[in-house]
Amino acid sequence: MWQAYETPASIDETLALLARYDGRARLIAGGTDLIIELQEGTHDVECLVDVSRIPGLDRIEQHGDWIQLGPNVTFRQIKESALLHDWARVLAEAAATVGALQIQTMATLAGNVANAMPAADGSVALVALDAEAEIADCHGRQWRPVTGLFAGPGKSAIDPARQMIAGFRFRALGRGQGSAWERIGRRRALVLPILNCGVSLALDGERLAWARIGLGPVEPVPFRARQAEAFLAGRQAGEETYAQAAEVAASECHPRSSVLRASKEYRIDVLKVMVRQGLARAAAQAGGT
Amino acid sequence: MEAFKIELTMTVNDRPVTVDIAADELLVDVIRDRLGLTGTKIGCNEGECGACTVIMDGRAVNSCLIPAAKAQGRAITTIEGLSDGQTLHPLQQAFIDHGAVQCGYCTPGFIMSAKALLDANPHPTRDQIKEAIAGNLCRCTGYVSILEAIEAVSGSRS
Repeated sequence: MWQAYETPASIDETLALLARYDGRARLIAGGTDLIIELQEGTHDVECLVDVSRIPGLDRIEQHGDWIQLGPNVTFRQIKESALLHDWARVLAEAAATVGALQIQTMATLAGNVANAMPAADGSVALVALDAEAEIADCHGRQWRPVTGLFAGPGKSAIDPARQMIAGFRFRALGRGQGSAWERIGRRRALVLPILNCGVSLALDGERLAWARIGLGPVEPVPFRARQAEAFLAGRQAGEETYAQAAEVAASECHPRSSVLRASKEYRIDVLKVMVRQGLARAAAQAGGT
Repeated sequence: MEAFKIELTMTVNDRPVTVDIAADELLVDVIRDRLGLTGTKIGCNEGECGACTVIMDGRAVNSCLIPAAKAQGRAITTIEGLSDGQTLHPLQQAFIDHGAVQCGYCTPGFIMSAKALLDANPHPTRDQIKEAIAGNLCRCTGYVSILEAIEAVSGSRS
């Protein structure tokens, strides 16, 4: 499946290896997606470059208003993080819905984003947090919005031959702010989502100051429901507003019928319920109704 | 092109092991084919069924999704590491006592998931047990007897 296996000790060393292999190497983190793809023969790879032993890249830290995650942070760490439970619950809840415990123990958030699947739970939660990813290449490091990292289903805007994700950051959700994760699948573990939905919002008294809604898989890439977000800004918080926002969200994306998932009609109906519930739960966490 | 060779050193069931492997071997194949520890099973080979579950550095993982090179320097426990050869591990005995074994193919994986849970949390709730074994499939028992066996060992229910 591959001929060589490298375990670099730093990001610079990783980038040097990628350059040396000139497109014939692939980064591996947890490997829970990549190994399956390699067994299916979808990639021609000469070398796996395993970033999981680079020291210091597995931290979840708060710096002022920002929360920062290293690229080797696993879903299990995220799920068990008290910090994320308090300040970015949508991500902690999403991590708990990925695969099952064995997968969560190995799989990383960075791998989830780099795989660029439209239903990726980690990616959709990051979209709802308006997160940024730090992209490292031989020219240096650059923070880019996570929403801009997806080029199509399974197709990342990150160049796997010369770039890697060096971290994530987003603003902690503090007083008067909240977030929530909704997901529906045929079972509760080890299934792809029929739909997933991440919500974060801020209350300003009785009104919504802002809201962000991430949805998957309803478009070729993880989707941010910006029309619904615009509808919500400044409106009275409450069930009626959430129901109207859910209609807007359902009208601005295109869930398809899928044998693996469900019919388009069913998915649109469920999407509305999930957006409504997500908004209500996020608002409850923010301290409103 | 053939894969390069790697010298893999790890601890398996508390014993240091060094084996020469090809760079592209998976952990489950090293465990079964090179070490002869065939209690670890291959079911789906894509992380869906949990039959290949082993404990790596205290945590349950799917050995079918892990390049063996990732186990370099790690401590691995397989089902063979539980019994001393005379007495069964309490989880193994409980699975027998509660009829939690039918065809038995999934059993090693379930026991390793349960062991990783109980090592970290000796008195889990039923929901925590369910979460710990959600990555393991059994097509025979219907899971209730498995839950009861794990609960019996954890002492969370008499």
